[in-house]
Amino acid sequence: MRNAFAHEITNLAVERQNLVLLSGDIGNRLFEEFKRLAPGRFLNCGVAETNMMSVAAGMALSGLRPVVYTITPFTTVRVLEQLRVDVCYHEAPVVIVGTGSGLSYAELGPTHHSLEDIAITRCLPGLNVLAPADSHELIAFLNEALESPSPTYIRIGKRGEPVLDPEGASPRIGIARTLRDGEDIAILCIGPITSEALRAAEMITADGPRVEVISMGTVKPLDVDFLDALARRCDRWITLEEHGLIGGLGSAVLEWLAGTRHAVQLTRIGVPDAFIHELGDQAFVRSSLGLDAPSIHSAIREAIA
Amino acid sequence: MNPEDLKAVSQSLRREILRTSHAAKIPHLGSCLSCVDLLVYLYWNILDIDAARPDAPDRDRFVLSKGHAAPALFQILAERGFYPKEHLATFGLNGSVFHEHPPAPGYLPGVEAATGSLGHGMPMALGMALAARMSGISYRCYALISDGECNEGTIWEAAMLAAAHEVDNLCVIVDFNGWQATGRSRDVMRLDPMEERWETFGWHAVTIDGHDFTAMGEAFEVCAETRGQPSVVIAQTVKGKGVSFMEDDNNWHYRIPDEDELRLALTELQDHQ
Repeated sequence: MRNAFAHEITNLAVERQNLVLLSGDIGNRLFEEFKRLAPGRFLNCGVAETNMMSVAAGMALSGLRPVVYTITPFTTVRVLEQLRVDVCYHEAPVVIVGTGSGLSYAELGPTHHSLEDIAITRCLPGLNVLAPADSHELIAFLNEALESPSPTYIRIGKRGEPVLDPEGASPRIGIARTLRDGEDIAILCIGPITSEALRAAEMITADGPRVEVISMGTVKPLDVDFLDALARRCDRWITLEEHGLIGGLGSAVLEWLAGTRHAVQLTRIGVPDAFIHELGDQAFVRSSLGLDAPSIHSAIREAIA
Repeated sequence: MNPEDLKAVSQSLRREILRTSHAAKIPHLGSCLSCVDLLVYLYWNILDIDAARPDAPDRDRFVLSKGHAAPALFQILAERGFYPKEHLATFGLNGSVFHEHPPAPGYLPGVEAATGSLGHGMPMALGMALAARMSGISYRCYALISDGECNEGTIWEAAMLAAAHEVDNLCVIVDFNGWQATGRSRDVMRLDPMEERWETFGWHAVTIDGHDFTAMGEAFEVCAETRGQPSVVIAQTVKGKGVSFMEDDNNWHYRIPDEDELRLALTELQDHQ
């Protein structure tokens, strides 16, 4: 996903003379091609993310299309006030990209985990909040975000996540993307962990429940038209996110449900309200928190039982 | 405009700021009075701006990073024709755009940034200055910060980035009135030696009397001619300047003048015109 971002942002910089890439002292090698093809439009802002966010806002107010890129906690939690005031309050069309989201950097510990970023970005007025499931979604979202007059936050994974639907139609911001059809239970997902939901669905035997898997992709604005239609044909839902249970996709769906008359049985799968002290690789931590395919499989069975 | 005329404008604006503070119960008088001379000089003699074209891509940018001096900025922008002075009659009223801090751009012509939280405006002005270079448009960016605002780490982050990229179309003005909200600024967080501090960060730095228009002229001219580094004008000012009983008295950071105090202040400003 990270490499897909680097590749696409380079293509976009060639097409758009007003695109500028700001990095918080990471991705030096990753953006070699960008620097070669768009000289003078890559700005390493140093290990000073707060200033970087304000600088990006100033650029956007002066007609540029800045894209801010660094590791997720440092482009969200650390710079929350700059994001809120300089970007959102000013309606400055900055694209903020957080790389290594969720538990992508599981081994690096809670300083580098991002399990609160959706909660805190989702409540900022005017900010689009995107969590693409794969590179296919990321590339489409990036192109669309650069056309938007509003600021956009995109949380991405790391390297090597699979493309989940290579033949599918081009994803769009604000539009849910069905990756697998089913009638008995629907799993609403965001981010690369969507692949675990697809694996869990594959684990169901032929006589088991038919599982629909959907990438929501856009947490804000939520595709409420899709959810409304879904609620009319399927009343057992699971939300899946590599994010805390407070304030993420599951919360967004619940907030929407509370204002409807739909009777949906909702199971939320996400990270509990605690820092993670038992570290390991991403697969280990997902498994220990109940976010991997076998755990999702169990959740499906419990929901149907 | 010559120093005498500038002074007349300044004194007149001081009176308006005082009247507004009294009528609308708006604080930060001391902070407004310390920087009004600097604002007048910038808006009359330095900034290349046209009130008829507030969004012109090649306009100079001024960011009031110390957003709590908005009452002074609002008067200046009206005086420069960005909107009719009569609009200021709504100052402080429910629903008015004129309150304690500058609104977001687009809500009031001439305002470049919605400041109020300190340490934001200068980094944004740096972004605007970098954008000039990247867009191939020639304009200059100015940001007025306070000495208290220099407590914020983002000021120094921006200072380092601006110097590394030799952003010579950026000029920062420090309204060094010696006070922050609750005490002497040099006692709260050590700022001295201010000029050397900026110099060691790679900036062209000059210290002037922030109420001396002739000194401002010389300082801003050198800044505009400086190549390869950003500039800072450290303006030594007096908080509450122009009203004897407010000068260097930090109570006027928050206090609102009552009727007697207003009358006395206006008389002083009339006499010294």
